Amino acid sequence: MAALDETEVREGVDRETVETVASMAGKYKHGWETDIEMEFAPKGLNEDIVRLISEKNGEPQWLTDWRLEAYRRWQKMEEPEWAMLNIPPVDYQNQYYYAKPKSMVDKPQSLDDVDPKLLETYAKLGIPLKEQMILAGVEGADGEMGEGRKVAVDAVFDSVSLGTTFKEELARAGVIFCSISEAVREHPELVKKYLGSVVPQSDNFFAALNSAVFSDGSFVYVPPGVRCPMELSTYFRINAENTGQFERTLIICDREAYVSYLEGCTAPKRETHQLHAAVVEIVVLEDAEVKYSTVQNWYPGDEEGRGGIYNFVTKRADCREDRAKVMWTQVETGSAITWKYPSCILRGNDTQGEFYSIAITNNWQQADTGTKMIHLGRNSKSRIVSKGISAGHAQNTYRGLVSMHPKAKNSRNYTQCDSLLIGDQCGAHTVPYIEVKNTSSRVEHEATTSKVDDDQLFYCRSRGMDEEEAVALVVNGFCKEVLQALPMEFAMEAQALVAISLEGSVG
Amino acid sequence: MALRREVLLKARQEAASARLDALTLPAGGGWITRAREDALTRLRAMGLPTRRDEYWKFTDPAALVAPATDSAELLGEDPDGTVFDTIDRLKIVFVDGEFDADASDDLAAEGLEITRLAEAARHDLHWARDAYGLLEAEGQAPVERPLAALNTAFATDGVLIRATGKVSRPVALHYLRKDGNADAMVHHCIKLEPGSEMTLLESGAAAARFSQVLEVDVGDGARFNHVRTQGRDHERVSNSNLFARVGEGGVLKSFTLSANGALTRNEAFITLNGRDGVAHIAGAALGDGAFHHDDTVFITHAAPACESRQVYKKVLRGGATGVFQGKILVKQPAQLTDGYQISQALLLGGDDSQFLAKPELEIYADDVKCSHGSTTGEIDPEQLFYLRSRGMPEEEASALLVLAFVAEAIEEIENPDLAEDVRTHLAGWLDRHRG
Repeated sequence: MAALDETEVREGVDRETVETVASMAGKYKHGWETDIEMEFAPKGLNEDIVRLISEKNGEPQWLTDWRLEAYRRWQKMEEPEWAMLNIPPVDYQNQYYYAKPKSMVDKPQSLDDVDPKLLETYAKLGIPLKEQMILAGVEGADGEMGEGRKVAVDAVFDSVSLGTTFKEELARAGVIFCSISEAVREHPELVKKYLGSVVPQSDNFFAALNSAVFSDGSFVYVPPGVRCPMELSTYFRINAENTGQFERTLIICDREAYVSYLEGCTAPKRETHQLHAAVVEIVVLEDAEVKYSTVQNWYPGDEEGRGGIYNFVTKRADCREDRAKVMWTQVETGSAITWKYPSCILRGNDTQGEFYSIAITNNWQQADTGTKMIHLGRNSKSRIVSKGISAGHAQNTYRGLVSMHPKAKNSRNYTQCDSLLIGDQCGAHTVPYIEVKNTSSRVEHEATTSKVDDDQLFYCRSRGMDEEEAVALVVNGFCKEVLQALPMEFAMEAQALVAISLEGSVG
Repeated sequence: MALRREVLLKARQEAASARLDALTLPAGGGWITRAREDALTRLRAMGLPTRRDEYWKFTDPAALVAPATDSAELLGEDPDGTVFDTIDRLKIVFVDGEFDADASDDLAAEGLEITRLAEAARHDLHWARDAYGLLEAEGQAPVERPLAALNTAFATDGVLIRATGKVSRPVALHYLRKDGNADAMVHHCIKLEPGSEMTLLESGAAAARFSQVLEVDVGDGARFNHVRTQGRDHERVSNSNLFARVGEGGVLKSFTLSANGALTRNEAFITLNGRDGVAHIAGAALGDGAFHHDDTVFITHAAPACESRQVYKKVLRGGATGVFQGKILVKQPAQLTDGYQISQALLLGGDDSQFLAKPELEIYADDVKCSHGSTTGEIDPEQLFYLRSRGMPEEEASALLVLAFVAEAIEEIENPDLAEDVRTHLAGWLDRHRG
């Protein structure tokens, strides 16, 4: 990894990115915690807590009622059991549903006012300084930025959004990028129109829970005809103990608009499990395009399977009008348990949905992840490329649905799911559902399961690589199609993560 | 608040008790009654399937579960002649699910021991005493198959075959139907001693509602070939369950051709228990009209270095529905597994036909080679264009392409004479269902 220091920086890639990647050569790097004074809502979940969260965010009555309705429905629901996951019972009353750094109660006006511990957190996470000033909640620091790659960041620390960078520049383009709590205050008409329109309150157990208690998250609106001038990203950090994180992201890409959105997640190492139940809703209108990339690196638990995040996520994009296009790319390396199926509803004619996924499980991690492609419009197209890698005692399942409705004439799907097993104590599973209900559509599905090829390993080793490096290289090759679909900023980080996640899995 | 799981179980048990009210346990005594009572206990605990069961997601089991069955039209002679008629075989005839001694050949054959189920029960020391219902019971996990337990409890007839040598002359079970309302259950048990070989053929219209269980124990180094045709009785509802266990170096090959049928569910549950075992299971299904055909296969690799193949082809037209649920489970000791699965549907014009598939892999061993593929689509217009550019009329060209599409499944039949017979039959069907 030291070699990275001398690596020539590719165009469009920051020195910081290179250093970040270099610094990742080790076990889980983001396992530290920030010792900071927090304001908590009381432990447990009831209607009062839901009201309290709503009040803390200064929400209007309609949203409070919306949350309460979700909460009431959630109480009548059961946790889903169909996934190939062994989930110990979660005590939903033994969690904090709201946590906020005390220093954020009154928004700081200058860098001197910002809690230095928060600054330190983001410095440690490798978020560049200029951005960091804004992330820490300083107003007016995003005035003069140097040339080069720009990524606007919304940082969510436990339950609250700390700040969003490049807001002015984005505003000049007409793009709204802010925390969802701010959007509720500043753009209620948009939130009211689209919130819950893709993932309804009672869509599933975890989505209902999220709808009741979501504390913050990001909101994006790209107006008609606008190509968002930079990548947008949200950085999620769970810090407080026994705290669930329930963020809600809403992205609306209006006609002929384009946006690329990145999401990253980390959490400290802890002995106990922590809950994360997010909802992401994407609305794509006529001729618009959204790219959504995730590098999910929540704390995965230790070698014995102690601790780690339970990651129950509902992500769905609705290609509501003709020729809308959406692309999901995910690199799932973290979390003790992953339950996640980013989906595309291809409602309009000639719409397109794509899903690229790498899911790596090591030690005692369990992942049940995949996608749903629901073809409703004519000539809709979808493509699924899923790479699952299982090592140690981990279980990795691809679960997917491709559905061609009777009206979705002339639609196409291509699916490829490959699984790689490293070691003989892990499992790799594929559970695809294929439902074709018209004669003019075409669906192709391929899946393979194999182990790391001995010949390839031998070749690498004969060139002087040690076994772990060789495995990492072979695995990176196996994942190539997905890594290539990631934006540059994430590709390197993801590649390094692939290697790190598999550490200790050979020999 | 009752849990979803409990609500489902209650619905299943209610369906079972409605069915059981209309049935009485057949007389028999001795070991067979014990086996039937055990099956009844299993059934009561599981209940009968409902549409809400995940394993019946694509196929509504109501017609198979209902206490009474609808009658089904009796059809005349098969215009293509009876399948397997040209094959030298030992013929065993069932009429409306009941053994017909007069129409059947003499059951004595070298290398085979064949007994009628109804008679075997009278012998306290019959080998089937330790076999009847055993593989069915083992096949209830990890997924329940309650209709098979129902069959074990209530089947009144069937044959018990023990192969002790290499037998080249096939045993042919032919099911005839004379009663428009026949609701029949037959249960066959086959045991292949180590090193033995036999071929089983099945054909005929059977019953308005037909339930069949076939338990096959393939001993070490033994070979079992199975070729079955289901067809022509368009109003039939039927479910069949093949339960097989394959020993070290054993080989099982099974092929089914199905044409039409209001509802057909063919389940296979095969376990490769010994090193170097082989299981090939294949099917070709043709549906033209409001027909529903479901192949549900579960293959378990429990021992190292085994090979399994699942090859399913469906040609669907005029609103027919094809279902494929296939699974390969590779247990941890089953290193060096070679598992292959392909399910393909050709959807031909006209009303919308459906293909619903769930090809699953569940793998706990690392040194394996497993793959599955599934495709759905129309006839490739380029292939059609090619043939037409060579002067072939469109109808003929598409019939040829359909035949070529199904060929991969028929190739799984080892015996060339049998394969040819099946192919002729299929071509006849296609000829009558053009357009």
